[in-house]
Amino acid sequence: MLLSTILEAVSYVPGLAAIAAAVAVIGAAIGIGRIGQSAMEAMARQPEAAGRIQSGMIIAGALVEGATLFAIVVCVLAVLG
Amino acid sequence: MRNVLKHSVLFLLFMWMAFAPIQSMAQDNEQEPKKEKFDAKSFIFGHTGDSYCYHITEIKGDPVCVWLPVIVKCKDGGSWHCFSSKHVCELKGDETFEHNGAHFRIEPINAGKYPGKLVEVKAEGSLSRPFDISFTKNAFGIFLVCVFLLAFFLPAAKMYKKNPMGQPTKYQGLVEWLTYTVLDGIIRPNVPDKQVKRFAPYLLTVFFFIFFANLFGLIPIFPFSANVTGNLSVTVVLALLTYFFVNVFGNKHYWKDILWPDVPIFLKAFPLMPIIELISTITKPFALMVRLFANILAGHIVIMVLMALIFIIGGMYGAGMGGVMSIVSIFMTIFMTALELLVAYIQAYVFTILSSLFIGMAQHEPEHE
Repeated sequence: MLLSTILEAVSYVPGLAAIAAAVAVIGAAIGIGRIGQSAMEAMARQPEAAGRIQSGMIIAGALVEGATLFAIVVCVLAVLG
Repeated sequence: MRNVLKHSVLFLLFMWMAFAPIQSMAQDNEQEPKKEKFDAKSFIFGHTGDSYCYHITEIKGDPVCVWLPVIVKCKDGGSWHCFSSKHVCELKGDETFEHNGAHFRIEPINAGKYPGKLVEVKAEGSLSRPFDISFTKNAFGIFLVCVFLLAFFLPAAKMYKKNPMGQPTKYQGLVEWLTYTVLDGIIRPNVPDKQVKRFAPYLLTVFFFIFFANLFGLIPIFPFSANVTGNLSVTVVLALLTYFFVNVFGNKHYWKDILWPDVPIFLKAFPLMPIIELISTITKPFALMVRLFANILAGHIVIMVLMALIFIIGGMYGAGMGGVMSIVSIFMTIFMTALELLVAYIQAYVFTILSSLFIGMAQHEPEHE
């Protein structure tokens, strides 16, 4: 009974949404970090291709971040609506 | 000599920063707190959202705004109303503004069914939202970007047309450089050569529109501070335009690959693959829309939150702490604004390169065996 009282006392949605947004950012950080790592290694191996590698890295980074922002927008919607 | 000047400026700056909190603490002890609690939510969302008036500052409690016109058409009755937003923005509480028989007011941001929007209050008290094509802050921002783009690029085109073999001026060189970084870097690698002339106008326009709209959103002075691209309505239109250009001008081969692809029959008999492919044509522009919107809006919200921290801390601990907080906060805001400059360029770049990629994929000619 204590458990159900605790569970029903307060709305947990804002807290859970905040945790969910933080988890989404963990995924983005790991993904973008790996993109940067492989881009740096490739640029070190072949410096003359550095320009093309850099633009590919930016595009991949933006795509990963786009997916993360989906999750963030869902969290904000959960809190607001 | 220049070193002495630079060092003395830095020294003065450091001294001011070190002693400014003391000055604000002195002010803190003088006045007792006039406690109207700082409303962070309306501060942040008021600055990042759309609004009917262009709020600049407050002089002695009197708001200084540019009052933009409100243009609405009431739902039943169908009468058009056009008036300055001065009448509805300064109402307090439950007052309404009456114009030719209809009563209007703006709903507060925090609650209600239409937060922040203009509603018509009918005779029995019910609210209805009229057909609203007011010239709001974001509409003003969009027009400003368009006027700037026209004024910046069209004279160069005229100069080239009038004197095609002449020596380009510095201004022409700048326009040429900007256009060619987009044309050669983004459009030509992705769109087949024969179609470049067809799609380059749209892609160039969308790149420069997004880039300058993002930049203008970062300038805090009067005409420039509208948060245009951080608004879902604007990005949805851009995404719809990309969807239109990709699908309406798509190749026959492109449509065949969507509706009747080269896969085993059990995948395309009950329309499994075609439905998945059709949904994917929608999700790609949808991702474009959400990516641009969320990146720009998140940047603006972070900057606003850092600024609001000054007032929140000042409200909690008195004006002295607010003074201290302002130094830290301004440093962080400068850093965030610099990051936002980078994000402004990257988001325009990514939107354009993905649009050109989709357009190129839709124009793809299959190699004949």
